[in-house]
Amino acid sequence: MGQVNAGGALDRREVVQTLLAGRKDLLVVTGLGSPSYDVMAAGDHDNNYYLWAAMGSAAMVGLGLATAKPNYSVLVITGDGEMLMGMGGLATIATRKPANLTIAILDNGHFGETGMQVSHAGLGVNLDRVAQACGFGWTREIRDMAGVEDLRGRLSSRDGVKLATIKVKAENPPRVLPSRDGVYVKNRFRAALGHAPL
Amino acid sequence: MSDAGPTPGSQVDWRHDVFRILKEADVKHVVYVPDAGHSTAIRLADEDNAINSVVLTTEEEGIGYLAGAWLGGERGALLMQSSGVGNCINTLALQACTRFPLLMVVTMRGDWAEFNAWQNPMGQATEKALNLMGVLTWRADEPQDVAPLLHGAASMAFNGDAACALLLGQRLIGEKQWVK
Repeated sequence: MGQVNAGGALDRREVVQTLLAGRKDLLVVTGLGSPSYDVMAAGDHDNNYYLWAAMGSAAMVGLGLATAKPNYSVLVITGDGEMLMGMGGLATIATRKPANLTIAILDNGHFGETGMQVSHAGLGVNLDRVAQACGFGWTREIRDMAGVEDLRGRLSSRDGVKLATIKVKAENPPRVLPSRDGVYVKNRFRAALGHAPL
Repeated sequence: MSDAGPTPGSQVDWRHDVFRILKEADVKHVVYVPDAGHSTAIRLADEDNAINSVVLTTEEEGIGYLAGAWLGGERGALLMQSSGVGNCINTLALQACTRFPLLMVVTMRGDWAEFNAWQNPMGQATEKALNLMGVLTWRADEPQDVAPLLHGAASMAFNGDAACALLLGQRLIGEKQWVK
């Protein structure tokens, strides 16, 4: 602990737009709150799965999906607060080492949806180092757009489980809301992969 | 079954039945927080190359995992103890709002002949809590009931995009020996 490490200088919308630029068959899972809005702002897509609740579940949804679809690259985009609530999932993911899974944590060091209270990440908990200690093969703390570009280049490599904390500004851009119809989003996502509804 | 009539309960190997029925239901992912009552199914899942056997740090991880596996077109099941049901409550909203097949097998504590009274509050609330969150429940207290009830729960989960839980009663599992 010690040093306050509350967020960074990057623009979260620019970060997400950069990560998703030129995507082909990338499968994206978003954590509730701002990451869902950020991914929606970059463009709705059949291969997006937005969470609106179940805080702490985004990374585990990514693990299940990556395990079932080893020939696709899976990107989880979530916030530091959402990841903190499911931090044990990092240990579970590390035991499975899905080569096609990347977790990108938009870390503003705050709980942005609820009034910008400082989070554990903001108080000094480094989630990338937690992931490293759990056994993730590749982890980074990213503070500049060159690092974001580098991460984008790694998304399709499928050569090991990865996690990056990306230090973004503590601010709430205008909300861009994805569908709240979970059944619709689920069926759309599955249909794009060739799976029929019930 | 042969025509020799019902198999006596004492000869039914319900522990193997759990895994056999999961396989028959085309389950590809067995995710669990360990419990002694699940040890046979967990061992068989670990040994089966066609099954992803995943140990969790807390039970609600399994709900997210199985939602993701289903997005990718595959079936799974979550094995846990009744205490773990309490950990799952809020995350069950993911199933309620997206409607994916969520099959759970729950070994009961605080249910019958419990030595550790600290298990009683959650054990006594387990089935009601699941029902409050919209989960369909069945309970098996006799060995011969495990296979048909689990088959029924699995078929209603996978044919109905439903959340279904089979509770394995403490009488079925047996009294835990605390002092040998």
